[in-house]
Amino acid sequence: MNILQLENVQKAYEKHIAVNDVSFNVPKGSIFGLLGPNGAGKTSLIRIITTITRADVGQVYLDGEKLNSRHPEQIGYMPEERGLYKKMKVGDHLMYLAQLKGLSKIKAKEEITYWFKKFDIEDWWDKKVEELSKGMQQKIQFIATVIHRPKLLILDEPFSGLDPINTNLIKDEIDELHQNGTSIIFSTHRMEQVEEICEHIVLINQGKNILEGKVKDIKNQYKKNLFQIDFEGNLPNDIHSFATVKDQKKNAIVLQLQEGQDSNKILRHLLDKGIIIHAFNEILPSLNEIFIRQVEEQNNQI
Amino acid sequence: MNKLGLIIKREYLTRVTRRSFILATLLTPLAFALFFVIVGVIFSYESDDSKRIAIIDEGNMLEKKMRDENNLFFKFVDTELDILKKNFDDFDYDGILVIPPIKDIMTKDHTVYYYSDKQPTLDVETLIRSRVRNSIRNYKIDQLELQRDQLEAINTKISLEPEPINESGEDASKITGAIAAVIGGVMGMIMYMTVFIYGMMVMRSVMEEKTNRIVEVMISSVKPFQLMLGKIIGVGAVGLTQVAIWAILIPSIGFLVQIIFGFNSSPNMPLPTEGAEINPDDAQAMAAMVLAELQSQDWLMILPLFILYFLGGYFLYSSLFAAVGSAMGDDLGEGQALTIPITIPVILAFYIMFVAIQAPNSSLAVFSSIFPLFSPIVMPARLAFGPPIWEVLLSVAVLIGTSIFFVWLSGRIYRVGILMYGKKVSIKELGKWMFYKD
Repeated sequence: MNILQLENVQKAYEKHIAVNDVSFNVPKGSIFGLLGPNGAGKTSLIRIITTITRADVGQVYLDGEKLNSRHPEQIGYMPEERGLYKKMKVGDHLMYLAQLKGLSKIKAKEEITYWFKKFDIEDWWDKKVEELSKGMQQKIQFIATVIHRPKLLILDEPFSGLDPINTNLIKDEIDELHQNGTSIIFSTHRMEQVEEICEHIVLINQGKNILEGKVKDIKNQYKKNLFQIDFEGNLPNDIHSFATVKDQKKNAIVLQLQEGQDSNKILRHLLDKGIIIHAFNEILPSLNEIFIRQVEEQNNQI
Repeated sequence: MNKLGLIIKREYLTRVTRRSFILATLLTPLAFALFFVIVGVIFSYESDDSKRIAIIDEGNMLEKKMRDENNLFFKFVDTELDILKKNFDDFDYDGILVIPPIKDIMTKDHTVYYYSDKQPTLDVETLIRSRVRNSIRNYKIDQLELQRDQLEAINTKISLEPEPINESGEDASKITGAIAAVIGGVMGMIMYMTVFIYGMMVMRSVMEEKTNRIVEVMISSVKPFQLMLGKIIGVGAVGLTQVAIWAILIPSIGFLVQIIFGFNSSPNMPLPTEGAEINPDDAQAMAAMVLAELQSQDWLMILPLFILYFLGGYFLYSSLFAAVGSAMGDDLGEGQALTIPITIPVILAFYIMFVAIQAPNSSLAVFSSIFPLFSPIVMPARLAFGPPIWEVLLSVAVLIGTSIFFVWLSGRIYRVGILMYGKKVSIKELGKWMFYKD
């Protein structure tokens, strides 16, 4: 079951094509990475999903339903460029945003109290937004995004401008929401965060979908059969007949196996020779590498 | 509560509860009052200064008659001027008025001399000139042996009484035109100021939301059009509140000031004219006439129409200001050029308004009071002159239609503008945005 389905979505501004025939599915309950370099069309896509703009061509389905004007209440969106009304009191501000998301006054108050307790900021209600530090404001932003318990949460560069402590705090909250079944779209160009958090990704470049799938599958697809072995002892000379040596240090070696070769065979051979193996790892390509390779490949084609 | 309502409520409440709003709303009438008090004190202060003035009237043209006035005390003396001047301090006079005898009775110019160590103040000078003039006039009449009543009869007072052609037409009194001009001028002025003040307020607020980046959070919950309309209505309500408070406070404070300080809030400046003293009976009759004229105005028609034009003009212009605000970047100066096309018609309308007051039925006035960019300022100025009903109806219809159209049009620019960053925008580009798809 998919929480979000995009079918051949297209969007053009004047002469510039921002989104060019993009299709992908976001499985329900997953953490989904929407990746792409700056200007790839991520924000344009998000604006279509959040009903801020409409696709010129193609369809978007939220939870099986064609996107309509009632859907914003089921989506929580934290834009990359985010702000608050500086002169408003924190409590009033959250009440306002929560009610705009369709919450009743009572329900909104309940939820705010819950989050204030959770973040241990119960005395913030009457503070003005401008009195808060940037990190504190980010917390308020986050609360505003999730206060209506959205089915789908869209976070655009959620950690930009956050210190490590707040980053962890928000990460934990994202985890918890994920545990509770919220589907999360995570838009970023910071690959290490994606690897850490996301299960599925789609890679967008120049308005086009160039890669999509489970993180594990993609990594497997792009692996080069590289293995790193940490060892003690003298390597046998016939190791070259098993695989190509890519890198060799005193107690570590990187081997590339031929397609179809069995890694167990090498391991067994080395053990037979009396070498002590400390570690035997397959080196999977980082998403960063795949990302750069794919983007460059596509850009070269044009 | 629906979303538009929530937005209006926030826009309204955050503004009216702001300290600066409360201060401006309350202090402006107080500042007016203070101004009048100070002006009043200044003028009454002068007359506190009592003066004793000696008069040397060698030709006895004044026949020893010179009424004391306020703090001016006159005394006819026979002492020589030289002696008086020498012992000026001992005599305790503030001034010496010397009236040389008139040698040629037919002369039209005559100079009197005022000796003092201080310049005579304007009111003293005016009073002395007018008194002496009247006395010399009487003196000449007697010398020439003229008949006083015949002389009076020479001056004929002419009054022009406007009369309608039709029997049924309204009988306008002679001051109708003046009163209507004042009412019209005041209304046009209020319109002009409110359009600017609150239109600019909308523009600044839109810019703030954009530079704050709150706008993207907002429009993931509400439509850009709702946000814009909510803001316009909210700020408009703030404007109505402020104007209403002023409408109550300014006259009541003025009234209080009059009671407490016991002088007229519009101090009658002693005008240095050569005219005779105003007959107090005339002044009273005038006041009664003005009052009657004000009462005879069709306020039941003028006031609702005024509010209608206020709303129409406000919606029309503030939506344009909102559209321009949405296109502006962080830099107010850079976007200033975009406001020029909006401010020009407002200023033009303001000047046309003065023409409309003087010639309410001229073709320029009629055209401008129907043309929707001018009508919110020009038509209210004409209302007191009783313009033809069809003109008013047409003008209102055109204004309402145009306002709705402009709000819609501005909404189309706004929705693109608020998401457009880091780009210097030209008017031409704004035009293009209107045709963008959602």
